[in-house]
Amino acid sequence: MRRYSAFAIAREAARYHTGWERAWASPEPKKKYDVIIVGAGGHGLATAYYLGKNFGITNVAVLEKGWLGGGNTGRNTTIIRSNYLQDPSAAIYEKARSLYETMSQDLNYNVMFSPRGVIMLAQTHHEVRGYLRTAHANALQGVETQFIGPEKVKELVPIINIDGPRYPVLGGLWQPRGGTARHDAVAWGYARACSAMGMDIIQKCEVTGVRRDGDKVVGVDTTKGAIDCDKLGIVVAGHSGVMAEMSGFRLPIESLALQALVSEPIKPCMDVVVMANTVHGYMSQSDKGEMVIGGGTDGFNNYTQRGSFHHVEETVRALIETFPMISRLKMLRQWGGIVDMTGDRSPIISKTPVDGIFVNCGWGTGGFKAIPGSGWAMAELMAKGYSPLANEFGMNRFAEGRFIDESVAAGVAH
Amino acid sequence: MLTLQCPYCGVMADETELSAGGEAHLKRFGPGSSDAEFETYMFMRENPKGVHFERWRHANGCGKWFHAARCTTTLEVFGTYSAQVSEPPQDIKDAITAKRPGWAWREFA
Repeated sequence: MRRYSAFAIAREAARYHTGWERAWASPEPKKKYDVIIVGAGGHGLATAYYLGKNFGITNVAVLEKGWLGGGNTGRNTTIIRSNYLQDPSAAIYEKARSLYETMSQDLNYNVMFSPRGVIMLAQTHHEVRGYLRTAHANALQGVETQFIGPEKVKELVPIINIDGPRYPVLGGLWQPRGGTARHDAVAWGYARACSAMGMDIIQKCEVTGVRRDGDKVVGVDTTKGAIDCDKLGIVVAGHSGVMAEMSGFRLPIESLALQALVSEPIKPCMDVVVMANTVHGYMSQSDKGEMVIGGGTDGFNNYTQRGSFHHVEETVRALIETFPMISRLKMLRQWGGIVDMTGDRSPIISKTPVDGIFVNCGWGTGGFKAIPGSGWAMAELMAKGYSPLANEFGMNRFAEGRFIDESVAAGVAH
Repeated sequence: MLTLQCPYCGVMADETELSAGGEAHLKRFGPGSSDAEFETYMFMRENPKGVHFERWRHANGCGKWFHAARCTTTLEVFGTYSAQVSEPPQDIKDAITAKRPGWAWREFA
């Protein structure tokens, strides 16, 4: 892999940009790998990357039925934060956030991480109490957040209307080190680094079956033939239920459609990320000037990657009171992704009833921010059989009643 | 927008008039059941890419609960039926088979 640098740009400029090589190779699958990861989204590629970087396991294939980063990795609203209430969540999301800070240097790929700060608005007295509690919990967890009053919110976000009447801004949970990153660059950067370590990233290769020898996994059947493996990592977000059924176990997961939309590009007007959980809406401004707005999930199982229009209407209707200026914006695009929701709204990073199969799923509506931490924990679990970061996220927690209940703790918009 | 016909009042109801109630035909396990049975009842869910059975409530209408058979990939509705049954009636099963040959009813846990 040739490194990207200012020197490389100058060199290529001098020879009409003929020397740029492909960022990652597109090989045909081998007969056998030590580890197969199903799903070349952010989480799957990060898992492969840390398997190689932290544990020296590089005989790895990452299989992707579509194209790299074409699922939820390219469909989210790119928000990165770690202000969670429960200790296990704060630990893994803070690990991820801190890895984002150096990711561009680590991968030699510009992921455009922008630690612009994230505010979660408190618009009811219940939320004020909830976020005060979260701020105290974060102080104990070593996550830098603070509860700020409405005047400070107005200072940080001049376009906001804090007076209500229906949704007054009573304060906010402010995480100055949160922010955004370019989502597809995260997948591309990991893919390039994995390819450079000798891993095979195989796109347009759908897994059609999982082959077992008794209780142990021995390989997968794909649209490009059978491939053997010692360990299998299932990192497929919305399709986790489908893969689990192929593997012969069940997951406490339902797949729903979550939507987002962007406006026409406008001049810079908001340089932080604002989340309003009472009204299920969150907004930031992209580098292109578009206002990026995330909405709520549909209430019913759905694999269609689009959502019901009335959710867009509800989100925008509520946000207009808080941001009156967006009432005149035209919306350019709307899209949906299939999110995998667990009963307690926390992810599953776990061994499974089948020996050698590991799952990383259930990130629901908030997986992008967790990509590096999730890959770090999943790689450790697959290599060593134990990971302190992943330990609390086992799928047995539902049987044991040991929930990591962020659905109550963090509100709906993760 | 998803549109379902309420089998009780006959109204073709838009999604905004309904509220989704999750997977249908769950077998209930209460006190005295094993941990595994209770976990299955509480948390494990069928999550098929295809034919799915759900509970819905005509919340902003007659207020009654009913069942719907639906495809999760195409959003096609095969039919709605009474909430007072533990598996879909034969005409719903036939309607699904007509559109999804090879489909089979399975015991839901």
